[in-house]
Amino acid sequence: MSELFTLPVLLGILYSGIRLATPYLYAAIGETFAQRSGVYNLGVEGIMLMGAYTAFYVASISGDLWLGLGAAAGVGAMLGLLMAFVSVTLRAEQGISGIGLHLFGLGLSTLLFKTTLGGVTSISGFQPVRIPFLADIPLLGDALFNHNLLVYVAFLLVPVANWVINDTTLGLKIRAVGQNPAAADSLGVSVGKIRYLTVTVGGVFAGIAGASLSIALINLFQENMTNGQGFIAVALVYFGGWRPWGVLGGAMLFSLVNALQLWIQVAGIELESDIAVMLPYLLTIVALAVAVRRAQQPAALSKPFERGEA
Amino acid sequence: MNTSARTPLRELKMVDIVKRFPGVLANDGVNFDVRAGEVHALLGENGAGKSTLMRQLYGLYKPDSGQIIIDGQPRVFQSPADAIHAGVGMIHQHFMLVSSLTVAENVALGLASTRGPRLDLDRVAERIRGLAERYGLKVDPSAVVWQLSVGEQQRVEILKALYRGASLLVLDEPTAVLTPQEAQELFVTLRQMADDGHALIFISHKLHEVLALSHRVTVLRDGRLVGTYPTAEMTRADLARLMVGREVLLQYDRPPAQPGETRLQIDGLWAIGDRGVDAVRDFSLTVRAGEVVGLAGVSGNGQRELAEVLTGLRQPSRGKVTLNGRDVTHASPAERIAAGQCAIPEERMRTGVIKDFSVLENAILCDHSHRPFSRNTVLNFGEIAAHTRRLIADYAVKTPTAETPIKNLSGGNIQKLILARELCRKPTVIIAAQPTRGVDIGASEYIHHRLLEQRAAGTATLLISEDLDEIRALSDRIAVIFEGRLMGVVDAATATAESLGLMMAGTRQTE
Ligand SMILES: Nc1ncnc2c1ncn2[C@@H]1O[C@H](COP(=O)(O)OP(=O)(O)OP(=O)(O)O)[C@@H](O)[C@H]1O
Ligand SMILES: [Mg+2]
Repeated sequence: MSELFTLPVLLGILYSGIRLATPYLYAAIGETFAQRSGVYNLGVEGIMLMGAYTAFYVASISGDLWLGLGAAAGVGAMLGLLMAFVSVTLRAEQGISGIGLHLFGLGLSTLLFKTTLGGVTSISGFQPVRIPFLADIPLLGDALFNHNLLVYVAFLLVPVANWVINDTTLGLKIRAVGQNPAAADSLGVSVGKIRYLTVTVGGVFAGIAGASLSIALINLFQENMTNGQGFIAVALVYFGGWRPWGVLGGAMLFSLVNALQLWIQVAGIELESDIAVMLPYLLTIVALAVAVRRAQQPAALSKPFERGEA
Repeated sequence: MNTSARTPLRELKMVDIVKRFPGVLANDGVNFDVRAGEVHALLGENGAGKSTLMRQLYGLYKPDSGQIIIDGQPRVFQSPADAIHAGVGMIHQHFMLVSSLTVAENVALGLASTRGPRLDLDRVAERIRGLAERYGLKVDPSAVVWQLSVGEQQRVEILKALYRGASLLVLDEPTAVLTPQEAQELFVTLRQMADDGHALIFISHKLHEVLALSHRVTVLRDGRLVGTYPTAEMTRADLARLMVGREVLLQYDRPPAQPGETRLQIDGLWAIGDRGVDAVRDFSLTVRAGEVVGLAGVSGNGQRELAEVLTGLRQPSRGKVTLNGRDVTHASPAERIAAGQCAIPEERMRTGVIKDFSVLENAILCDHSHRPFSRNTVLNFGEIAAHTRRLIADYAVKTPTAETPIKNLSGGNIQKLILARELCRKPTVIIAAQPTRGVDIGASEYIHHRLLEQRAAGTATLLISEDLDEIRALSDRIAVIFEGRLMGVVDAATATAESLGLMMAGTRQTE
């Protein structure tokens, strides 16, 4: 079998792996912020669907991809705010309200798609941008530095998120609110404000994650096109131990296996295609079971905060 | 950030404060004031409303009516941020630290940085060292909080307040969790702070501390103000009487012990502590029917781990425990309970009760699966309610109703309920760990009487306590533990404070 894995094939898998990781990175980094502050948003998938639809629709009718992206971010922010309202202000059970948000996004995006677009059409999405010099590096250059803009931004988000969480006063508040909200509150940190902020930011990123699918990677919109990616993103946050670099590792591992699986199917290798498709998910479950034990889960994750309960 | 540039407050007054909770009038028209440079002690039984009063001062609760006046200006605190801004700091009864963060991060939390959005933890650490030096609060700014001892964590709490430029500091039972040595160190710090012009409010159930530290003392009873007095004019007995409303003796008539057969036997016990090192080492002790054996020691010397092994919450690595003649070394808590042992746990909120359950549900935690409380797994709430009401009445537990969540009760009343629940099962062996920690003197006296009643009834009691007065008042024999080892067992009647102190510091008993 080794002759199948020629250098060009491996580079091809790397190239697709990086592309495939993009929506996961946006969604999971956004979710990391929310979870570090103690809010568990299981509705990422629904926000991604709404983001994907909005970006596609706005970009198709206006012809402006940036407008589409902005609209997706805006819709993501609105849905993030909704989740924050339900889980922070109304103190609802977060797992349940997340499922509700998912179903809401799924239903609404399907309805809007059917009434406004009707059938599957495609769009000319963000085009690859070759980075001068870097893309000329032998072998790896093309696989790493010939992607569209949204891919680069997704990867840049990792060090930025890491810096915000670990090296800024805001990040300190986020971590404290997720670990011991009563302590943060007693120092005058507004637990509600911080959680609203992180969940809304998480919504923006989930919206962009959806847009990255519909106007940058696949360039079309279909009913339920995210197909569980939002849930995988939530799992990746656990896998990454609530750290952006860990999330990057998880997203890359998952996407590379996915790219490999796609290639196996394309290459027509004898492997039941259903089994091939299952591979990345199986891997996620195994990795979660093995990896998460050691990770530092925010102690107040999914617990609504009420003052004076010490 | 500029926190220290604010003018320090000179006088704070709380006027006619009323605060009501469902079913309880926690503060009923309380007047209280504190001035710069003084330590003002706040005394009262469990549930008298001390913490509630202070939580209003810190913006955690809003008074139903009444005013807070700082230097003549009425102030309204919507949140702790407002209180901090006005120069008020508070050390809570339960620490408010983020255990996964470092000391410096805990101190810097919520403050602006000198570097804009970027944290300036190096500068924070520098200032912490300066403050620590000045007030004798030794602690490493880069240490992660969960690794610190309780005493160190408390220093972090004080540093947090000082760093924010607090000129008024509220300390809610700061010594309840400290060893006597740590308490002495804390007093040095507090005196230094008062000398520097800080105003301090000090809550404690230990009257000797109040007498030693404070300038004035205010007593609350059942949410109402009893009065404010200069400490110098008060005696221990005066304070006890004002608090409880009757004479409190804190001395008990104990007929000489008539120990019967051996009930609890510990042989060469070893156990590993949370940090992976031996916490109990080769420990042996016998407790007989009808006697109270006190286990004295400075906290952190293996008492907690020993109690956990004896109650089945921790596995011993070596040795043997025999209960009423049966080997229970590796028995589960349920098997020990069935064998006639009961336990009063040290951490009542964690292992004694389920805090979101009602008083009623907590009252039958161990017995819910037996008749008459349930039949074929269906709970019989009529029986349970009647039983709980009996316990509440017999043990004078103060609670609005039996359905109140237990977390809304004051510490002393939770402790009384645990005691009621455990003792009504007519145990043959009692393991009591710190039974009166954080409990007011009236309730302590009550709990002590109940334990002595059990002794008279022939129960074997192991009393684990860091309070030497309590140990000496109740025990027939006193064992001393140091670094997990038994330093010796002495007769309580002849033991002197000096000899016990030496043993607690690690000198073996000499005979
Ligand atoms: N959040 C709350 N909800 C309902 N009742 C409460 C709440 N907090 C306190 N209480 C009640 O208010 C009364 C006063 O409680 P508080 O905690 O102020 O007493 P305390 O004097 O501090 O007692 P302790 O010495 O045990 O700490 C008690 O009866 C308590 O049960
Ligand atoms: Mg209190």
